[in-house]
Amino acid sequence: MRVNWKTYNSGKFFDEIISSPGYARKPARRLASHLASLTHDELLEKKRAADLAIKTMGISFTVYSDAGNIDREWPYDIIPRIIAEKEWDQTSLGLQQRLRALNCFINDTYNDQKIFKDKVIPKELVLDSTNFRKECMGIKPKYDVWAHICGTDLIKGDDGQFYVLEDNLRVPSGVSYMLENRRVTKRVFPELFENHRIRPITEYPAQLFDTLAAISPRSSDYPEVVVLTPGAFNSAYFEHSFLAQRMGAELVEGGDLVVEKDKVFMRTIDGLSQVDVIYRRIDDMFLDPKVFRKDSTLGVPGLFKSWVKGNVALANAPGAGVADDKIIYTYVPEMIKYYLGEEPLLPNVESYLCVDKVQRQHVLQNLDKLVIKPANESGGYGMLIGPQASKRELAEFARRIKADPRNYMAQPLISLSTVPILGERVVEPRHVDLRPFILQADKTHVTAGGLTRVAMVKGSFIVNSSQGGGSKDTWIVGDK
Amino acid sequence: MLSRVAERIYWQARYLERAENTARLLSVFSTLLLDLPPGTKLSWRSLVEITGTDQAFDEKYKQANERNVMRFLLLDSASSLLNTLQNTRENARTTREIMPLEAFEQINDLFHYAKDNALDSISGGSRHKFLEEIISNCHEISGLMAGSMSRGAAYSFVRLGRSLERADMATRIIDVGSGNLLPDIGTGAKPAESNEPYENTLWMNILRSLTAYQMYRQHVKHRVNGEDVVRFLLQDDDFPRAATHVLTTITKVLKHLPNNTKATKQVNKTLRIIETGNISKLLDAGLFQYLDDLQVEIAKIHTSISDTWFLPHN
Repeated sequence: MRVNWKTYNSGKFFDEIISSPGYARKPARRLASHLASLTHDELLEKKRAADLAIKTMGISFTVYSDAGNIDREWPYDIIPRIIAEKEWDQTSLGLQQRLRALNCFINDTYNDQKIFKDKVIPKELVLDSTNFRKECMGIKPKYDVWAHICGTDLIKGDDGQFYVLEDNLRVPSGVSYMLENRRVTKRVFPELFENHRIRPITEYPAQLFDTLAAISPRSSDYPEVVVLTPGAFNSAYFEHSFLAQRMGAELVEGGDLVVEKDKVFMRTIDGLSQVDVIYRRIDDMFLDPKVFRKDSTLGVPGLFKSWVKGNVALANAPGAGVADDKIIYTYVPEMIKYYLGEEPLLPNVESYLCVDKVQRQHVLQNLDKLVIKPANESGGYGMLIGPQASKRELAEFARRIKADPRNYMAQPLISLSTVPILGERVVEPRHVDLRPFILQADKTHVTAGGLTRVAMVKGSFIVNSSQGGGSKDTWIVGDK
Repeated sequence: MLSRVAERIYWQARYLERAENTARLLSVFSTLLLDLPPGTKLSWRSLVEITGTDQAFDEKYKQANERNVMRFLLLDSASSLLNTLQNTRENARTTREIMPLEAFEQINDLFHYAKDNALDSISGGSRHKFLEEIISNCHEISGLMAGSMSRGAAYSFVRLGRSLERADMATRIIDVGSGNLLPDIGTGAKPAESNEPYENTLWMNILRSLTAYQMYRQHVKHRVNGEDVVRFLLQDDDFPRAATHVLTTITKVLKHLPNNTKATKQVNKTLRIIETGNISKLLDAGLFQYLDDLQVEIAKIHTSISDTWFLPHN
């Protein structure tokens, strides 16, 4: 049986490939017709080849569970997602604008605090954030940039427009999977590439290295850049190792580093060797037991002071997460206007702050229609999807919101757009989001596309890989 | 190169070599058992003793029959073939930013192959094919590293790990021939005439378990006998699994590493013990003790490497 687009139906949701039964959107036409020329068995054969390739290539992620940590093969769907080049270029400008404004905000927060004085954002909201680090006050990193690597989650609504769902400014992950997805697609679906002009994504590791090298405190042609990982048991260890390898940087653990005279060194077979830039993939609180959590064995004693003294660069800088708070998120459009004097190019999703009395009232009255998110959780944990929640869950969240209003915000349940995935018997629509990665130091870069995450369960909006989500190769395609 | 990375590369190479040796040992001894007469001391249990895991085995199993022993050595024991491959993979996984990309992919594949097939390979029929497959994959991986890695620090630690594991294996295997199975040889009494063909078979298989049979035949013109075999496996300069050869290799590798004095000293000391060992005298008396001492010195080489280049373990 061949793929039949006439019976493919995304219902009331915006589908990115099929505009109405049997009709593909323009950028996706070639893909749609190619898929229609294949039988379902042929597609399943490719899926098996892809699964095998993923196993062989060791593309994995770790799931934490009661039964111990399990190294799982990365979930991948073979049908690529298509985004038109023109649309992407516009989106990409919006993402850069956003990160520039966020960096202005972080730098302002830890220095002059003008935005509070001008009453654009209430000071208490920021200083109350669990990601605010008072230890960072008065520090000015190179280029005034704190968040060098940002993963911004985008969704497409019913109108087919991209909206920003959240900005991940602490240790966003997923970029290695974006790169590996492309490699797998090339292995199993090479013929598709012949009919498309697809923007390459391979520059990312080089751009990341350039970004990191640019913030080196020592002026040297060959700064020593390292990736700091919590270790092989971390869920994103694959990515840490992958990026270190692609950048030709050392992959270090806390125990490999030592601070002497406020400089950071790594232990090598030749003795100690100075480190200039640390791309750290561990949270602020674990960075330095002398300053943050005392029980941390992942970090390096004295690291923070070396950074304060300007002897080592940290990416992202400690404290950058203050702008990653879901409450602060609601003010990003204001930040863009305030710092850059520009209109935001990418809209936020409409949001309600529970800390505001009027808005909180609205949220509590409409709990069953809204999505409630805690300010500082990631990975889709700790949130409530009102329309799918039980009475007990609704009551529990009402209680939590009243107890700690600062910690919650709400958004209408957004209808995530759909794209086709290869199911067991047919090609079916599933909901997706997109995480592009944005880099900023002396220059800014945006990935061509990003990591598409897809909810593999029918009707589900949960795209997180830790909760059964899958992923797709994402193509930015030009007109031929 | 990071000390931690050096350590993991070293262990990855050691485990890979160990996996290959274990597979060959199991393969050779299963065929050897078929050749020996009933009542010989060599039994399935001997395999457990060779690998030094008899205590763990007894805690788990009552009877040392073929099925239990194979299950134990392929799957269950801490140093089973599968666990050794898993350790290889884990060390490769945590050094994949340094090692050739394909090396990890192949090690990963090999581990998955072993995991999927080990249980079905416990009994005779499919076991041979399974072990052959493991051995040839190990060769492929070693060949890949040899063919694609620059001769820098990383490759030096690969060679150190591999060589030391070989030295360890060589002494362990000789130990088997000398003491465990046909005790007559080690105690000085002449083996009974009727034992002779079996003695030859035993020594031949000891050579085979180190892929040394062919090279031995080309090198030693006599018929296979204990004295020549022990001398060959300990003192030959050219055979790549002979103790003298691997230790000489280590001295060459060490020259390229910084701060190598301590390790070099220990290797030279061990080499002297081997060179000055009088094999025919030892075979009359004291070989067992001699090999024991030698293993202690080999373990000390590891300690000196670890102290010099690896992360301090608190």
